[in-house]
Amino acid sequence: MATVLKTDTPAPQSPHALKWVGTRPIRPDGVDKVTGRAKFGADLILSGMLVGKVLRSPHPHARIRSIDTSKAEALPGVKAVVTHDDFHDLPSEFVPAGEMLVNYRDMVRNVMAREKALYEGHPVAAVAATSAQIARQALKLIEVDYEPLPHVIDVVEAMRDDAPVLHDDLFTAGVEPPPTKPSNVAKRVEFAIGDTEAGFAEADLVVERTFDTKPVHQGYIEPHACVASVSEDGQAELWCSTQGQFLVRSHCAKLLGMDISAIRVTASEIGGGFGGKTVVYLEPLAMALARKSHHPVKMVMSRDEVFQASGPTSGANVWVKIGATRHGRITAAEAVLKYQAGAFQGGPIQPGCMAAFAPYDLANVKVVGFDVVSNRPKVAAYRAPGAPISEFAVECVIDELAKELEIDPIEFRLENAAKEGTRAAYGPKFGPIGLIDTLRKIKESEHYRTPLGPNQGRGIASGFWFNIGGETSASINVNEDGTVTLMAGTPDIGGSRASSCLMAAEALGIDYDKVRPIIADTSSLGYTFLTGGSRATFSNGLAVNEAAQQVIKEMCARAARFWEIPADAVTWEDGMAKPAGANAGDFEPLSFAELAKMAGKTGGPIGGHAHLNAQGAGPSFGTHLVDLEVDQETGRVTILRYTVAQDAGKAVHPAYVEGQYQGGAVQGIGWALNEEYIYGPDGRLQNPGFLDYRMPVASDVPMIDTVIVEVANPRHPFGVRGVGETPIVPPMAAIANAMEQATGIRFTELPMSPPKVLKALEAANGAG
Amino acid sequence: MAHVVLTRNLAQFTGGESELELDAANIRQLLGQLAARYPRLEPHLAEGLAVAIDGEIFQDAWLEPIPPGSEVHIIPRIAGG
Repeated sequence: MATVLKTDTPAPQSPHALKWVGTRPIRPDGVDKVTGRAKFGADLILSGMLVGKVLRSPHPHARIRSIDTSKAEALPGVKAVVTHDDFHDLPSEFVPAGEMLVNYRDMVRNVMAREKALYEGHPVAAVAATSAQIARQALKLIEVDYEPLPHVIDVVEAMRDDAPVLHDDLFTAGVEPPPTKPSNVAKRVEFAIGDTEAGFAEADLVVERTFDTKPVHQGYIEPHACVASVSEDGQAELWCSTQGQFLVRSHCAKLLGMDISAIRVTASEIGGGFGGKTVVYLEPLAMALARKSHHPVKMVMSRDEVFQASGPTSGANVWVKIGATRHGRITAAEAVLKYQAGAFQGGPIQPGCMAAFAPYDLANVKVVGFDVVSNRPKVAAYRAPGAPISEFAVECVIDELAKELEIDPIEFRLENAAKEGTRAAYGPKFGPIGLIDTLRKIKESEHYRTPLGPNQGRGIASGFWFNIGGETSASINVNEDGTVTLMAGTPDIGGSRASSCLMAAEALGIDYDKVRPIIADTSSLGYTFLTGGSRATFSNGLAVNEAAQQVIKEMCARAARFWEIPADAVTWEDGMAKPAGANAGDFEPLSFAELAKMAGKTGGPIGGHAHLNAQGAGPSFGTHLVDLEVDQETGRVTILRYTVAQDAGKAVHPAYVEGQYQGGAVQGIGWALNEEYIYGPDGRLQNPGFLDYRMPVASDVPMIDTVIVEVANPRHPFGVRGVGETPIVPPMAAIANAMEQATGIRFTELPMSPPKVLKALEAANGAG
Repeated sequence: MAHVVLTRNLAQFTGGESELELDAANIRQLLGQLAARYPRLEPHLAEGLAVAIDGEIFQDAWLEPIPPGSEVHIIPRIAGG
């Protein structure tokens, strides 16, 4: 059961008590999802539809000398084959998409290899055929002449001077003077304030450690899937599993040389994304095949393909050094982060650097980061991209300092915690934030006071994510029976339909069950940036509120005309238009439903339409507490108890907020204890399936307890902060800190899987 | 005048100058003045940045006013997953 903690900070909404925001109604998509009625990306069937399949490189690194598709094209049942010849090469152009900036020159090569195959699984060709069997046969008939090249995967290996170079035209940016020799280091970044050398000189204790993390996948249960249809006059429709239908439209238009208005993209119901569905893989291929074959084409990735060819997060090497006084005050902190970007540049190195020390009030900080390409799929966003890795390393060193100084780990963090007015390590000062509240709630919790048994350990860690706003549109259309259709543009991956309806109901003063949401396609609503960055409820709230105010204003205007009084003599209260005072006239209030019924006769349909670029997203801080037990014979780690305390600003639908906290924690548990990409010496992925890429399932973890802290975001009408990403940031360090307590061993490599734990235990026991 | 702070990465293109005073009414003017003052900086200003004005982060907000006396930080663009 969640605890909702309210702080002294007042929420900025109107003075009356909230009726809907903060409640837990049934989710609008619930029945469809549990009955199987919900339409996911692979569910759509169109007349004459073909099956599309992708031929993928078996080599992690190879020059493509030639591709002969003639035999495949001649196979009966094959209607189209595409290669890089079907996509114009594009100049280098960076656009914001998902977490990172993407470069179209890289994107066109990622969706379909051109000069080189840069990872096992890299698409080399695609076919559309009348059946999956024929499509698979056709793939076998495509002859690709590869020249295998040496490959490199590990980030440290890829940075070596003698490493195989992926791109002959990649010269490290951010280094002066610019290098003359290409390398795999795409970029060097640096963030610093103060003087770390002086700061370390003041420290009584300095701890430095190096950490290694392996790449992990977002693990969404629904593979990538889409259906594309292109008519003879060049009008296209695309249905796909995506976090951003407007971004898919933009990318496909660019990659296929089409006008944006010629493409209509519908986001199907989505079975998880976590950032991994903010990019395009199958969509441009399906559209190219549909355009060439004059038939709709469906493409669905197998699970193998999802692992081999969609974007996981980075593997990394992180060095951290922190100094503190004997009283526990941090005097200086440094870190060097080396992150895999995958086959093309643009990994989450910058946010990783910026987030590393964000929970702390530091005068002297220096963080250096490297974006490094290597022969694996290009990384995609994964929930607070970059931050889980860097904050894992920092929170482990923080814990080690606290232990050496014999200071309670929560007290150590409280002594150094960022608060309102603290200058973040990346520059700007924080507004009101809830980190200290989360630390205190964990410290006061019954969980923290529960005694532990043998081979058990307890760990805590804090985490942070910036959160964003972005371009957002929303429409509220009033139906003649007084119900409302709410159109949002953000695919619902975490409850934004429910939260948008709650905020609309609150703003309009009508019942929640009178508001029905739909996620609009790209032709039905104004541009809306993707669902990601923990922005959906925050941004939709601003847009929905603005649209609702337009509706209210029009409703009042209609009432005024009906009563034949000035518009400013009408007020809106509890979902009704009322005369503003006795002088306005003695009229019975008109309800929302009554005004809706007469709308046609009083001027026409009533609606509100908002288009904005939401700014003012407030960061969300969280603190996690975990108890675990280590089996000394097998190295298996059992999570015994887990508590998440995190600042939501205002929990619009608390059950969804709890779900975000729990889901992020479980993903972090998997990242900490089991998940990793395992490559053979041939550069091929050995575990592209859920059996061997072991993610936690419900039986692996206890119920995750949640504490919702609410430090209102002053820039939102309901005080909302995004919550979706922060929960994945603390778990790895919390678990590593608990492991240290349970075993006396400081694990610096993730995952802490049973074979590695057992090996470390045996080494420690042998050494003892 | 606003007090403008650049990251060390961007300061590479300003001859090391990471803090300066600029008189700009909004973000677009600020970026334009930076580009005019430091031509080598210009390509990097187009590449996806965020601007923090007195702690509040703005992205794609060219017309956001910059009050006199503000502290302005130019930082990398932030998104998410």
